[in-house]
Amino acid sequence: MAKKKLSDPNANGFIEHDHNNDGIDRRGFLKCMAWAGTGALCVIEGGVLKSHALASQMGSEMKSHKMGELSFVQISDSHMGFNKPANPDVIATLQAAVDKINALPEQPEFILHTGDISHLSKPSEFDNVDQILKATNKEIFFVPGEHDVLNDEGVMFRERYGKNSKGQGWYSFDKNGVHFVGLVNVMNLKAGGLGTLGNEQLEWLEGDVKHLKSSTPIVVFAHIPLWSVYPQWGWGTDDSGQALSYLKKFGSVTVLNGHIHQTMQKVEGNVTFHTAFSTAFPQPAPGQGEGPGPMKVPAEQLRSILGITDVNYVQGRHALAVVDSSLAQEHWSSLVFQNHYTEK
Amino acid sequence: MTKRKLLFSGLALTLPLALATVLILHPTRAKSEDKASPTEVRVDNFTFGPDTLTVPVNSTVTWVNKDDLPHVIASTDGVFKSKALDTDDKYSYTFSKAGTYAYYCSIHPKMVGKIIVQ
Repeated sequence: MAKKKLSDPNANGFIEHDHNNDGIDRRGFLKCMAWAGTGALCVIEGGVLKSHALASQMGSEMKSHKMGELSFVQISDSHMGFNKPANPDVIATLQAAVDKINALPEQPEFILHTGDISHLSKPSEFDNVDQILKATNKEIFFVPGEHDVLNDEGVMFRERYGKNSKGQGWYSFDKNGVHFVGLVNVMNLKAGGLGTLGNEQLEWLEGDVKHLKSSTPIVVFAHIPLWSVYPQWGWGTDDSGQALSYLKKFGSVTVLNGHIHQTMQKVEGNVTFHTAFSTAFPQPAPGQGEGPGPMKVPAEQLRSILGITDVNYVQGRHALAVVDSSLAQEHWSSLVFQNHYTEK
Repeated sequence: MTKRKLLFSGLALTLPLALATVLILHPTRAKSEDKASPTEVRVDNFTFGPDTLTVPVNSTVTWVNKDDLPHVIASTDGVFKSKALDTDDKYSYTFSKAGTYAYYCSIHPKMVGKIIVQ
């Protein structure tokens, strides 16, 4: 898979390679992979991709994309209980994320949390997160990260967050014509391997989407990326290809993941992949540094690389917009993209 | 004496002596700055150090987690499994039977290691 590092995140650019005449420049998208802290805003509007320096014009850009039938927020990797130098106060940074959600000019309908709610799967850690998130006054959908299922195969996680889920915690639901699928890829991991969905879940997924119209927008969310971000560090899912094969018929598929504590995006055919910031601590870019552990950054920078993701579904314009927002207001990193499925 | 010569003489000797020679060939491990005991495995920066450890039967091997993130030590065949080890937590297992025990971190499965018990 081609992966390109963003050398100049703030360069302006337009579509140069529109091979499918669908208004999407895939090479342009790859250029726009927003690495932690780089602060790039990429907007595709009317078939033109623009990448902006993040400054004062952010406000108007954001507002113009906030009009739609559905918007929701993704948060991830709160790691409640973590207290090492990379962030000694994960309560405060989660609280900051909540404040930011509550301050959004248009309130999202619900929240997705893509796992690693807790650091050590302790009841007190889950309690703290629940208490902080309660202030959003919103419905919250969770999938587990590996830190949430440490010592009990996920029993406690499912008791708390997966009452209506199937198997080890997977489920789906519909909101405003968009079909959401929460998957679990952090259980029964095999030595030497990556994240795993497993046959039981794959069979369920195939059945779950089989009868949906191909015009139905699909949003899949899971903890570990469902694409090969960096397998050497375990940043991928062994059987994600099988899962995505069931989604081929759909014109618009968005995949939202956490786990790697930084934002990255990729477009592959009808599928847009997206990873979210952590609300707790940053991790290095793939292959940068010695390993995938917590990255200590100067305290004043920390909040600029932690954050939330605001997702906006605009039915009339067939567009899903994914916008990452860091906890510090002045830094944003976002991707707004226009899907190319046809409403039937 | 050079390593090559040591290896040569080791090959000419009986099996236990050869093993002893192999241990001599890796003096840096035993003398590492952290003074890790020969039955300790350090879990550091998402790797096991050493990733292959050879011990006599009835040895107790201790893993100590030096990372800022938890790890879980799990035998690939289900012979042993630790609870989640937070930073500086330890887990020990006594190997009473000879054999090769492959293990990994069950939440970071790219991390793999081996204990050879003889």
